[in-house]
Amino acid sequence: MIEIQDIHKIFGENHVLKGISAKFEAGMNNLIIGGSGSGKTTLLKCMVGLHEPDEGHVIYDGRDFTRMNFEERIEIRKEIGMLFQSSALFDSMTVEENIMFPLNMFTTQNKKDRMERVNFCLERVNLEGKNKLFPSELSGGMKKRVGIARAISMQPKYLFVDEPNSGLDPKTSIVIDELINEITDEYNITTVVVTHDMNSVMGIGENIVFLFNGQKEWEGSNKEIAHTDNKELNDFVFASKFTQAAKDKL
Amino acid sequence: MIFHPFGKYILLLKAVFRRPEKWSIYRREIFREMDSIGVGSLWIISIISVFLGAVTTVQTAFQLVSDLIPKSVIGGIVRDSSILELSPTISAIVLAGKVGSSVSSQIGTMRVTEQIDALEIMGINSPGYLILPKIIGAVVTIPLLVIISIALSIFGGYLAGTLSGAVTPADFVNGLKSGFVPFTFTVSMVKSVIFAFIITTVSAYQGFYTEGGSLEVGIASTRAVVISCIMILVADYITAQLLL
Ligand SMILES: Nc1ncnc2c1ncn2[C@@H]1O[C@H](COP(=O)(O)OP(=O)(O)OP(=O)(O)O)[C@@H](O)[C@H]1O
Ligand SMILES: [Mg+2]
Repeated sequence: MIEIQDIHKIFGENHVLKGISAKFEAGMNNLIIGGSGSGKTTLLKCMVGLHEPDEGHVIYDGRDFTRMNFEERIEIRKEIGMLFQSSALFDSMTVEENIMFPLNMFTTQNKKDRMERVNFCLERVNLEGKNKLFPSELSGGMKKRVGIARAISMQPKYLFVDEPNSGLDPKTSIVIDELINEITDEYNITTVVVTHDMNSVMGIGENIVFLFNGQKEWEGSNKEIAHTDNKELNDFVFASKFTQAAKDKL
Repeated sequence: MIFHPFGKYILLLKAVFRRPEKWSIYRREIFREMDSIGVGSLWIISIISVFLGAVTTVQTAFQLVSDLIPKSVIGGIVRDSSILELSPTISAIVLAGKVGSSVSSQIGTMRVTEQIDALEIMGINSPGYLILPKIIGAVVTIPLLVIISIALSIFGGYLAGTLSGAVTPADFVNGLKSGFVPFTFTVSMVKSVIFAFIITTVSAYQGFYTEGGSLEVGIASTRAVVISCIMILVADYITAQLLL
């Protein structure tokens, strides 16, 4: 479980996060949604320490990350997998080397075991056989999937995923959602997904945090979201006439 | 104003010299860097060195108008100026352009495309993994390049002197042999190591703290070259002052 308490983040004049508190349970798909520029990525980066929050605490199963020194943080980070919005693959390495990199660095497994793990991860994201390609030879959606494969290669306890669906076709997008859902269940991972994708929200959103104006505007599950009377959330989720009509039928 | 970046530079160096996560991976990276910095720069260093020696010979001969001074002096002058100043310093300036800009743009690109963040998230000490192999690679190979440069510079001087008739081969070689102070070679190696450290750390610093996009990566790499060159000349003066 990850708990965040009263997170503030200010960039110069821009008060992006104005005191956000939430709990993200293990074995559950926790979604952070909100408009573009609402601070979703910033919140994720504050949670993993890529940004220092100006105020507040991030607590990993009772361990206060915000108060830790460098060495203690390294230990937590070995339990974290993360997919970046930009995928952030190492462009000097092949797909295989990207996924194997954390295994090489931190495990004592032999080459064969590491290779098996790489192929297993690639299979899970439907990219078997793409081992030798470089990131520059991949499409945006393929990069995302390699990013996910790399994030799960070390069997993380905490998985952070920033926009797994952007740039994917609806079918692959659902495959990715199901993958995230499956591994979250299977290994009892604490998963935090940032997304815009309404299919994902309705499909796998067990616990949804809606950011608006730097604050947590709403929190609930995908079942509750359909019946919400929160105006901002309604405007955000059911933005198109099509989705509005679909909602009215519910 | 100047203290803030300097403090950040020192802190970065502190992070660079943390204990590596796994030596075998670092070792592979060090060999890769030695190849790219050392072997990759051999060609350009060789060419400029031959010309450096040649120019020194021709100009020294031109200035030696008095018949009282033997022509063999030319050999000695080419030798000493190559060892003490031309080979280490000019090579370093050229390498600041070649190696410095590539170090800074490589690390800068990794910064703006979040690859450094990805390393951090895995629990890897990114300054160590990215910068330490470059420093070691440069500190080992640049002095070797300078030794090659010294040899080729003297060879260039010999060639230019004998081909132009400014000095006979025997005179040049006599000059080379007389009055050699081995300590000058030590000074040359000390300089090379310092310059190698300056080039890699200054450029890595510029790249590591790049913010923005590809435009900023370009700006950082230009700045890396300019600052490296200035620092090289400052360090050149200080070592000369202290050691000679
Ligand atoms: N490193 C930074 N420096 C300054 N401002 C930043 C930085 N990162 C983000 N911001 C600002 O913080 C705000 C939130 O950005 P963030 O990337 O968190 O949005 P987001 O919700 O992830 O949007 P999107 O859905 O488009 O990815 C924006 O106004 C942005 O300008
Ligand atoms: Mg974002």
